Amino acid sequence: MNKWLTPRSTLGLVLVAAALIVLPFVVGMGGQAWVRILNFAILYAFLALGLNIVVGFAGLLDLGYVAFYAVGAYTWALLASPHFGLHLPFWAILPIGAVFACIAGALLGAPTLKLRGDYLAIVTLGFGEIVRIFMNNLNAPVNITNGAQGITLIDPVVVGQFKFSATSTIFGLTVTGPQKYYYLLVLLALGVILVNYRLQHSRIGRAWQAIREDEIAAKAIGINTRNVKLLAFAMGASFGGIAGGIFAAMQGFVSPESFSLIESIMILAMVVLGGMGHIPGVILGAVLLAILPEALRYAVVPVQKALFGEVLADPESLRMLVFGLALVLVMRFRPAGLWPSPERRRELAEKTQ
Amino acid sequence: MDILFQQIINGLVQGSIYAMVALGYTMVYGIMGLINFAHGEVVMIGTLVAISIVTLLVQSGMPPALAGAFGVAGAALVCMALGWSLERIAYRPLRRAQRLAPLITAIGMSIVLQNLAMMIWGRNYMTFPPLIEKTQYEFAGAAFTSVQVMIVVVAALSMSGLLLLVYRTRLGMAMRATAQNPAVAGLMGVNANRIISSAFVVGSALGAIAGVMVGTYYEVAHYQMGFMLGLKAFTAAVLGGIGNFAGAMAGGVLLGLIEALGAGYIGDLTGGFFGSHYQDIFAFAVLILVLMFRPSGLFGEKTGDRA
Repeated sequence: MNKWLTPRSTLGLVLVAAALIVLPFVVGMGGQAWVRILNFAILYAFLALGLNIVVGFAGLLDLGYVAFYAVGAYTWALLASPHFGLHLPFWAILPIGAVFACIAGALLGAPTLKLRGDYLAIVTLGFGEIVRIFMNNLNAPVNITNGAQGITLIDPVVVGQFKFSATSTIFGLTVTGPQKYYYLLVLLALGVILVNYRLQHSRIGRAWQAIREDEIAAKAIGINTRNVKLLAFAMGASFGGIAGGIFAAMQGFVSPESFSLIESIMILAMVVLGGMGHIPGVILGAVLLAILPEALRYAVVPVQKALFGEVLADPESLRMLVFGLALVLVMRFRPAGLWPSPERRRELAEKTQ
Repeated sequence: MDILFQQIINGLVQGSIYAMVALGYTMVYGIMGLINFAHGEVVMIGTLVAISIVTLLVQSGMPPALAGAFGVAGAALVCMALGWSLERIAYRPLRRAQRLAPLITAIGMSIVLQNLAMMIWGRNYMTFPPLIEKTQYEFAGAAFTSVQVMIVVVAALSMSGLLLLVYRTRLGMAMRATAQNPAVAGLMGVNANRIISSAFVVGSALGAIAGVMVGTYYEVAHYQMGFMLGLKAFTAAVLGGIGNFAGAMAGGVLLGLIEALGAGYIGDLTGGFFGSHYQDIFAFAVLILVLMFRPSGLFGEKTGDRA
């Protein structure tokens, strides 16, 4: 029998599934804003798992991951908005976005294959900035991206007559737009989790791990390091592209501002803080880092009032200050991440002895 | 021809600022192989501290040049303390951790410093008071100001000072030894912790001077100015070959020239298709091109596998 489906694990799975199904309605009681925050947490988990392929599995430090997110988002925005008058259906755009992002990933990967560690980091960072600068300026002489104003009125995800953006009643239950997107995102996220798991224990996954540990040795045992590294870039990028498409549809608006370097850095922080290369850890890191700044937004003013009786510091900067400190403290006391994989924890423990 | 000369002058000035900041990255990287991502924010703090000191002193009647000297000194002291604490808080506890852990703490410290600066100095642009009288000179059809001359001179002096420190003092010798082989340097009686701290302190002092330069050059400062400046300076350091002093200086000047010339000529070269707002692309495009052919930068030595 399958060793995974013991009665206990089946029960656990059913409970987790039930929790996932009820969650948007529980959270929705606190207002739809919280459902949106939840959606972003899942979207970030999706992105972080995509980046995890590049950074966690293959060990290639990518600081420009947001470029692929941007490619996906702009693909959706251009193919489904009044900007060019195109309104393609989602099942056409998502694969196109993924393919474009994949090409962008290969384009970035190809010239950087020789680079190691920190040199790779700065080149990917530069690539991300180049993509953003182009998005910001490609409004003249031919208006492609509408520059810094961004593209508005982007079509939501529509399946047949079922619109994901509008509130509707299903079997007597009122389901809002964000709640519908939640289920779509959970489905997509489950897909990327499955792909991650299957990849990790596949021939390619082992090749990535070999490259991560020692590239020269990997080459010596006959791994085609060039192709395998390119594959990591391309696969990570495709997931970024899909996430970007969903982001554009969910927001109805894209502008270059959403794709700045700090966004790349945040996604990387999610991967590292959660536990690089360990799928549950990466998900935990993404959800925490996506929700923490928003939760702090609601907490800083009341906490200040309770402690000092008045609002002393600007809440916006105080919230980011606390967030920055949290990053430092977590890494300080859990250098391998919040939830590292068991093997990795062992390796690090050996190293420090 | 006029534009060419003009842009070369502008590029040199901007480039010397990049070089000063790039040295801060390279010193730390050379000794401990770590990208100090928060260095740009240290420069920003330097600029803002200098603004506060200079404004205060000028208002109380001190001549601007003298106030500027105090401003530089004050900013350097604050930044040195900041660089030292940065290393103690964010990097030292993680020296044995995985390679990416210090990167995340560096990012955390950047966020903290930026928001701290915003709390102290506010979110508006601040004007940097003029330190010397701005006179305009002309040479072969190109115009330049006394401020620009001062920036290049101060940068040259500070960098010579750094070279003297590194190549002519015991501390410098210990620094070079630690960079080459920390274990053997330790056996020779070099205290590695002290050397690493001093690299942070010296780099931050250079950053503070660079911060004052940026302030006098652009005459404004802002709590978010450190990010892009740090990014460009880091690019310059990598361009020259990170960990290499001459590389950081050459990379900085080169990057300044490339940007200035690129911004001046891109419109003509592409028939007006690309405008000067593509200026920022040059830095990164050139970086990618250079690294494609010289994976360790222009002056970098071939390093072993550290990924």
